[in-house]
Amino acid sequence: MIDVQHVSKRYGGYLAVEDVSFHVPQGQILGFLGPNGAGKTTTMRMITGYMPPSSGTVTIAGYDIFSQSLQARRHIGYLPETVPLYTDMTVRSYLDFQGTIHGLKDPHKRGRVNTVIERMRLDEYADTYIGKLSKGYRQRVGIGQAIIHEPDVLVLDEPTIGIDPIQVVETRQLIKELGQDHTIILSTHILPEVSMVCQRVVIINEGQIVAADTADSLSAKLGGPERVRLLVRGPAREVAGAVRDLPGVQTVEHEATGTEGVDRFLVACRMGRDLRPQLAAVITQHKWDLLELQAIGMSLEDIFLRLTTSEELPANA
Amino acid sequence: MRNALAIGGKEVRTYFSSPMAYVVAAIFLAATGFFFVQDLAVLQLARLQGFFGPASFLLLLLCPLLTMRLLAEEQKLGSLELLLTAPVRDEEVVIGKYIGALAMVGSMLALTLYFPLVLFLFGDPDPGPVLTGYLGIFLLGACFAAVGLFASSMTSNQIVAAVIALGFSLLFWLAGTAGSMLQEVPGARDLLQYLTLSTHYGELVRGVVDARALVYLLSFIIAALFLTVRSIETKRWR
Repeated sequence: MIDVQHVSKRYGGYLAVEDVSFHVPQGQILGFLGPNGAGKTTTMRMITGYMPPSSGTVTIAGYDIFSQSLQARRHIGYLPETVPLYTDMTVRSYLDFQGTIHGLKDPHKRGRVNTVIERMRLDEYADTYIGKLSKGYRQRVGIGQAIIHEPDVLVLDEPTIGIDPIQVVETRQLIKELGQDHTIILSTHILPEVSMVCQRVVIINEGQIVAADTADSLSAKLGGPERVRLLVRGPAREVAGAVRDLPGVQTVEHEATGTEGVDRFLVACRMGRDLRPQLAAVITQHKWDLLELQAIGMSLEDIFLRLTTSEELPANA
Repeated sequence: MRNALAIGGKEVRTYFSSPMAYVVAAIFLAATGFFFVQDLAVLQLARLQGFFGPASFLLLLLCPLLTMRLLAEEQKLGSLELLLTAPVRDEEVVIGKYIGALAMVGSMLALTLYFPLVLFLFGDPDPGPVLTGYLGIFLLGACFAAVGLFASSMTSNQIVAAVIALGFSLLFWLAGTAGSMLQEVPGARDLLQYLTLSTHYGELVRGVVDARALVYLLSFIIAALFLTVRSIETKRWR
């Protein structure tokens, strides 16, 4: 449904997006993840036909976004990050206007406007000026205008930014529901959002794709027990030192438990290393009591950090 | 065309719900009304010259205030991005915006139609110059609106857009004056006079309809709209 092939974008001498390729099949929700300034919005703008790529092609529903732009654009609903709405229009007249320029005709258009108002739960505010609405409601109008013409593809740039936590939950639920009828590409820098909403993740950093997979298999592939939690009865300082000296250990965080002589340690290992046997061995060697040893899978957050920060963390951060 | 009309209709609604349009229209009507009455009272002639003269200069000053918002605000809000990713051609966006501006200028001028009405009721004016004068003032307003739209496409700052529009309008209003200083250069004077809006407008107000004048004014509008389309296209490449 969305096919991005070797797309690059150059601003003057600055390469904002470099050779990005991915494919989103029909009905999938793809999370486009990256830190601020990674090239997410630029990529989104190339997908929606706002700006042409410097090289490469984008195909939407079989139409090239550049050479068959109007046909391709008919299949896209777009919500830019800033939710730019006309503040001097009422919700209803704005949706009507967006319906018209997306090719809807009355009476079908009127029906769609009503459906969208109902679906976005904007009934109460249908005749309110958009300028008077709170950020959360504007967001709903923004998503409303994106779905007014029932597009195959929805492009949502940071759809949960700047709205309150309850609305964030609602918006995520809504996006999941929309995923039943639309192919969605959603950019975000919030990690839990991706694992909650998306079936697949593309991680972009400094204009390049650094990983692309399902959220689960991404954790599994890079995973293994990257972090291990230990509960040890013994001299805290010496335990921490001994653990830190093990090859493959990156950081050791120490935390008191409240019980005298018993301490909790959070050990982070180098990527892909399973150090549980060595950890157990080193503690029993010193004749300390190992009360607990628990592997903690790497969260998406950790993967993200590891992939997007080029240097490994210092050993005793 | 349907899209252009939809955008034009939206612009008209925006105009009529914004204080700027009412303030501008009020100033225009008050000032032109004053000059009309003054001309009538002093000269006791049933003619509209007292209106057409100052009205042209007022339009030059006020049109930029009406057009500055058209594309500059869209750029500032970011809504241009939504408009340019909708299945709408860039030309349709520009024409739609232009329709909105023309409707505003047109309705402002329509409100002055009671001047000739008064003349025809109480006097016996020559209908020719009244008709051609109105054609002239409308085309002149259309030229200023087109330049204003172009200026508005160049920046996201409305004030800057208004000033650029004013600058361009003045340039094409006064070019002929520069021409009169270039009498030694053969052809320069005639060329500059031809490029001057006030030359053609003056003829129309006198009741002279010259095809060359109409061709020039229409080409002026089309050129400005064409440049606006180009200016929007370049936004996509940035």
